[in-house]
Amino acid sequence: MPVRRLSRTGIVAGFAAIALLCLPLADLQVAGHDPWSALGRMLTGFLRPDFSAVEDIFRALALTVAFAIAGVAAGGLAGLVMAPFYRFRAVRWTAIALRSVHELFWALLLMQVAGMGVLTGVLAIALPYAGIFAKVLSEILDEADPRPANWLGPQVDALSRFLWARAPLARPEMQTYALYRIECGLRSSAVLGFIGLPTLGFQLDSFFKQGEYGAAGAIMLVYILLIATLRLWMRPRLLLPWLVAAGAMLTQVTAPPMGAGALWRFLSQDILPAPLRQGDPAGLWPWLADLGRDAILPGIAATLVVAQLALILTGMIAFLGQALIVPRVMGRWGAALGHLLLVVLRSFPEYMLAYLFLQILGPSMLPAVLALALHNGAIIGHLLGRQAGGLTLRPDAPRGLTLWGWEIVPRLFGQFVALCLYRWEIIIRESAIMGILGIATLGFFLDDAIAELRLDRAVVILLATALLTAGIDWLSRGLRARLGARHLRAPGRGPARGVA
Amino acid sequence: MQLLTSAQLGYDATPVLRDVTLSVAPGDKVVLLGRSGAGKSTLLAALHQALLAQGRRVALMPQDHALVPQLSALRNVLMGRLDDHGAFYNLTTLIRPRRRDRQHALAILAQVGLTAEADRPVESLSGGQKQRVALARALFRGGDVLLGDEPLSAVDPAQAEHLARLLRQAFPTAILAMHDLDTARSFGTRLIGLRQGQIRIDGPIDAVWDRVEALYAR
Repeated sequence: MPVRRLSRTGIVAGFAAIALLCLPLADLQVAGHDPWSALGRMLTGFLRPDFSAVEDIFRALALTVAFAIAGVAAGGLAGLVMAPFYRFRAVRWTAIALRSVHELFWALLLMQVAGMGVLTGVLAIALPYAGIFAKVLSEILDEADPRPANWLGPQVDALSRFLWARAPLARPEMQTYALYRIECGLRSSAVLGFIGLPTLGFQLDSFFKQGEYGAAGAIMLVYILLIATLRLWMRPRLLLPWLVAAGAMLTQVTAPPMGAGALWRFLSQDILPAPLRQGDPAGLWPWLADLGRDAILPGIAATLVVAQLALILTGMIAFLGQALIVPRVMGRWGAALGHLLLVVLRSFPEYMLAYLFLQILGPSMLPAVLALALHNGAIIGHLLGRQAGGLTLRPDAPRGLTLWGWEIVPRLFGQFVALCLYRWEIIIRESAIMGILGIATLGFFLDDAIAELRLDRAVVILLATALLTAGIDWLSRGLRARLGARHLRAPGRGPARGVA
Repeated sequence: MQLLTSAQLGYDATPVLRDVTLSVAPGDKVVLLGRSGAGKSTLLAALHQALLAQGRRVALMPQDHALVPQLSALRNVLMGRLDDHGAFYNLTTLIRPRRRDRQHALAILAQVGLTAEADRPVESLSGGQKQRVALARALFRGGDVLLGDEPLSAVDPAQAEHLARLLRQAFPTAILAMHDLDTARSFGTRLIGLRQGQIRIDGPIDAVWDRVEALYAR
């Protein structure tokens, strides 16, 4: 059955109209009590970084790398084991469930069981990453050249077929993807600091609380350098030394011990809905209704509003920024500057940017929207810019803004809309997370429930969050399919290579 | 060996070859000739299926080689016998080939002139060298029948003669699609000519050789 094609401008107009409707519902006021001086202090800190707390900075940096490497390695290994079996429903659903919960939410849950220690930090990264790795590695395996495996004939056992004729073909792309995931892991690991892990986020938070802007600036500079030089210090053959170093570093982390039986209590009592625990099954429905009215519905509404505004702003930034790294538009120096700007915005995770904006602008939806839009806009702008650089232009094509308007924008518009739709799901996930910073999205209610030790409520909110993300994912995929952009590749994977 | 009886070969509804009946006697060295697109690859694929269905051991040299570029030439050769061993044996071979297997594969690589390249990944080899690795893999595998699609297309003419001889000696029966008429003539004992979806020539190579040109006429 032919699916009716949607027009790209129609979709853009529709999303923009919804965003306009969201605008009156959004709390966008500047609540900080003196934003300009806060911004001034922060910029001064950036320009005059203070490295006197070098010991603290180095320790936080090393632990950030250690948690990232350990978490990504564990998640990658688990994903690699699952990938060949991804076509089985049990494996696929496990992977979907693992990755539908954000690493910060995993950490909040695991804390209840394992305390704020090494296990929580590593698992919070490893669990969702295992789900993502399983999916992407299985795609890479499926796309690898099938001919050598076919040559082997029907007699060869499955393990030999996989190890000799499937895995080697997929290995180069798997390596590239793993490197990208380590970059993501560094971001996750840094952000986990904001909820108590001893990584960069934690150190940044404590410097801000002490008003040490110079030291905070130093942390951010070190962090950008760390991500920018990743490809220099992370080499496949250095993996083993890095793993050993990460393990050694993690033994330095001490955490208050948890009482025995924490896991069992968590599974058998804490997450059981209160009415059931108290032997009153009839109370379950009112309990759920209360929870829906007080937490889930307002949380979903706020999450959708933040995400919608952030998506439109993301689109605007990406639309304008898609030529920032194209020398023919910006000039050589302009393009280099554009690169720098986009790299900085991409390396800071949304959550960390939102934290910074929150220090300046005070608590409202504004910091979250700005952070989401800048980070995601920079990512889309970078991807489009790379494509724009690769466009074949006629020899007498214009330069500068004319090129942007007459060639790049029209030729990449389809990609632009598809990438924005793809990012929509990611923006929803991250909007939910922003609640932990105090903005009333789903994460706020989740964090609240955990703080009150009402883990039964937390688990239901978590389920609602996962369902919301899955729903948006489904919607986005449907829209992309009707735009004829079904085959967008997962982030971190190179362009599709034609099979010779 | 009766391999095909009144078969329609091709993809879906539009057969590339119609009404093909073919049997091969042990000892036949068959060369398949015909313009590109005449259906040589299709016929080879069908013969492969038929031979496997009869439980024959087949060594296959597909046109695209189907090598694993990331593995060394030696390991690609060793792939020829994975189905003779269990998973554990193959796993240990992948990690470190046994001395006996290594010696055997090296001897065959020496025959095709690749001793120096044995431990280099196939992706770093030239087109002709890759083809010789595929050839060595077929030799290492051995079997009742060799099936090859342009197996000597990328090697230089001086080598082609020598390699064709190796193949002749190693396999009792062989069916090769070829484009170089000189090599075809010296290799084959029997010629099958394809044109416009049908077998137009089938006979002892010397008896039918003067009809070859008609296969390529426009």
